[in-house]
Amino acid sequence: MKIAVLSGKGGTGKTFVAVNLASAASSAQYVDCDVEAPNGHLFFNPVVDETHVVNVKRPVVDNDKCIGCQACVEFCNFNALAYVKKGVMVFDDICHSCGGCALVCPEHAITERDDRLGVYTLGHSENVSVVTGMMDIGKISGVPIIKALNTFRSELTVVDCPPGSACSVIESIEDADYCVLVAEPTTFGVHNLKMVYELVEGMHKPLGVVLNKCTADKNPAEAFCQSEAITILGKITYDPILGKLGSEGKIAVRQLTYYQLFFKGLLDKIIWEVSHETNANS
Amino acid sequence: MKIAIPVDEKDLNTTVCVSFGRAPFFMIYDTTSKQYDFLDNSAAASSGGAGIKASQSIVNQGVEVLITPRCGENAADVLKAADIQMYQSKKGLGKDNVALYLNDGLSPLSAIHEGFHNHGGK
Amino acid sequence: MKQMLILSGKGGTGKTTVASAFIKLSRARFFADCDVDAPNLHLLMMRDRTPTQSDYSGMPKAVINQELCISCGLCYEHCRFDAIAVDPNYHVNAFACEGCGVCEYQCPVNAVQMTAMVDGTLKLYQDEAKAFSTAKLSVGSGTSGKLVTAVKTQLKDSIKNGTTANYSDQKGEEIVIIDGSPGIGCPVIASISGVDMVLVVAEPTLSGMSDMLRILETSKKMGTRAAVCINKYDVNEKIGAEIERYCETNAIPYFGAIPFDEQVPHLINEGFSIIDSANNAGNAVKQIYLKAVKALNEQPTSDTGIVKSITALQ
Repeated sequence: MKIAVLSGKGGTGKTFVAVNLASAASSAQYVDCDVEAPNGHLFFNPVVDETHVVNVKRPVVDNDKCIGCQACVEFCNFNALAYVKKGVMVFDDICHSCGGCALVCPEHAITERDDRLGVYTLGHSENVSVVTGMMDIGKISGVPIIKALNTFRSELTVVDCPPGSACSVIESIEDADYCVLVAEPTTFGVHNLKMVYELVEGMHKPLGVVLNKCTADKNPAEAFCQSEAITILGKITYDPILGKLGSEGKIAVRQLTYYQLFFKGLLDKIIWEVSHETNANS
Repeated sequence: MKIAIPVDEKDLNTTVCVSFGRAPFFMIYDTTSKQYDFLDNSAAASSGGAGIKASQSIVNQGVEVLITPRCGENAADVLKAADIQMYQSKKGLGKDNVALYLNDGLSPLSAIHEGFHNHGGK
Repeated sequence: MKQMLILSGKGGTGKTTVASAFIKLSRARFFADCDVDAPNLHLLMMRDRTPTQSDYSGMPKAVINQELCISCGLCYEHCRFDAIAVDPNYHVNAFACEGCGVCEYQCPVNAVQMTAMVDGTLKLYQDEAKAFSTAKLSVGSGTSGKLVTAVKTQLKDSIKNGTTANYSDQKGEEIVIIDGSPGIGCPVIASISGVDMVLVVAEPTLSGMSDMLRILETSKKMGTRAAVCINKYDVNEKIGAEIERYCETNAIPYFGAIPFDEQVPHLINEGFSIIDSANNAGNAVKQIYLKAVKALNEQPTSDTGIVKSITALQ
């Protein structure tokens, strides 16, 4: 079973929920798809067993074969190539690795080489096996790393998605059975919840909401869920201790019995929802 | 010799455009014929890599001198590889800058701004 | 005119809260929200105005004409982005398509065409005195760097064609406030381009600090001056002090800390800025604002934008 945890933007407690859900299970796999800013490992502090490099393709031009027709330069929709003084210049940081330049070259002067985009690591931390994707600084798109991470699936996999509603989020939930949306009880929170709700709905994935940082004040996010008939999986009350633990990279479930019970309950509810969804669909 | 300068309008009295890669036009002055010509900058609408594409057009035109207010790192790489000399423009009209250059009134472009690497990319 | 950009490594640190307070304090006539993935500033500013909207298109995407398609599978075979779906007809998943054009090139019957899509909406709020530029990227679109540039261009144009009202009620130069995008990727780089100063709103947590360091590194790489303030200081005073110390050792201007204040979410929910009523957080933001303005005014205006010497590049 694969559960994806998302939020319209960072800072809502997405990683907090994902990390604690995985920790509350008897055994689980945690996959950090927030490859631009992976934070889950700061909490799990896993023992890393394996590191895998993720490569993308970049063109290599044999200038002896090049006849200067500029077909590759004209073809590249990303403008990653230039032809100057009888040679092709390749701008790796602009290249999207589509392979088009090699296809259009009439002289077959273009081949491809591997270029490192980032890594993913496999590790473990107590009951959780931790998979972390990490894009190198200065790269454009982490999607190829997320694609590699998508192949991970176990009895219970919790995916920590990138924030927002961009293409990388879509890639991260592609393989998920259920989506957990984390929302804050503010006007901003509702606005961001709506966006990610729209995205998950558009992909026809079953979903539920966890309301984080709830206070006695009115909760616009809750009101939104009620008006849209969205399942509310649970409400986490604002608790300064959580802020403190989080700031130190500690996992609430591993520190406090109350949260251990709370997240166990939340997890059971999600698992029930998933089986319910599956039954309803079959 | 051809001199290029990014400009806002296709007009002899046009001002210098603040952007190089995304300038709508390039004004090209030919010192031999003493004629001004205008080149549409097809790179202006690019999602990314505009500086590289604009530089390619300049290179293909056989330009030897570029007068510009700024220039991205990638564009500078292309222009340098093509031995195009870059000069820092002064605020005002394109043709005034050409005149200034011809009278040694402009200094070489000493600062390159780092481009928006792939902005527009995924 | 000076441009100040408010950034944070990730969302939720209070970037927009600080930006909205700065806009009110500086009586800024021109401001923008570059967080095009999740814009929030419009929930607080110029809410009584209806924006003028325009469609934004990023990269054209491939579309397969079903009537021409002969199901040869060449597009599917050559697409590096898994963007061609077969069900059983061949069609393009626009979310995955990066617009490279390989399928169009491969198609033997010209059934594939690169087509402009609406990838977002640009919005401009205006009244007699002010202009506010913002945008919203469509769900699943991924061309935000270009949209950030479009937001800034829209703001620049409205400054150029701007209102005739003279700016004279403050000492020093007029300030343009820009709410930036989260992360360190291309939208952030596009946000930083051309601004005079970056103010990082950091959270005193381990991840907040690591995000702050990444942003400072990015600004430095782009040759733009950056300063730091801390929000929700009392969440962890130890890490807060560590951030302060870091700034001191690395000669990064540190403008102060904002305490966590229960009134803040309450005020925001009511659509107010935190300086609209007396509270601890609001007072702290005012102090930070004064320091930021002072630092901004001490700095010469650069009209070449982000500059760095050629020698430094080599």
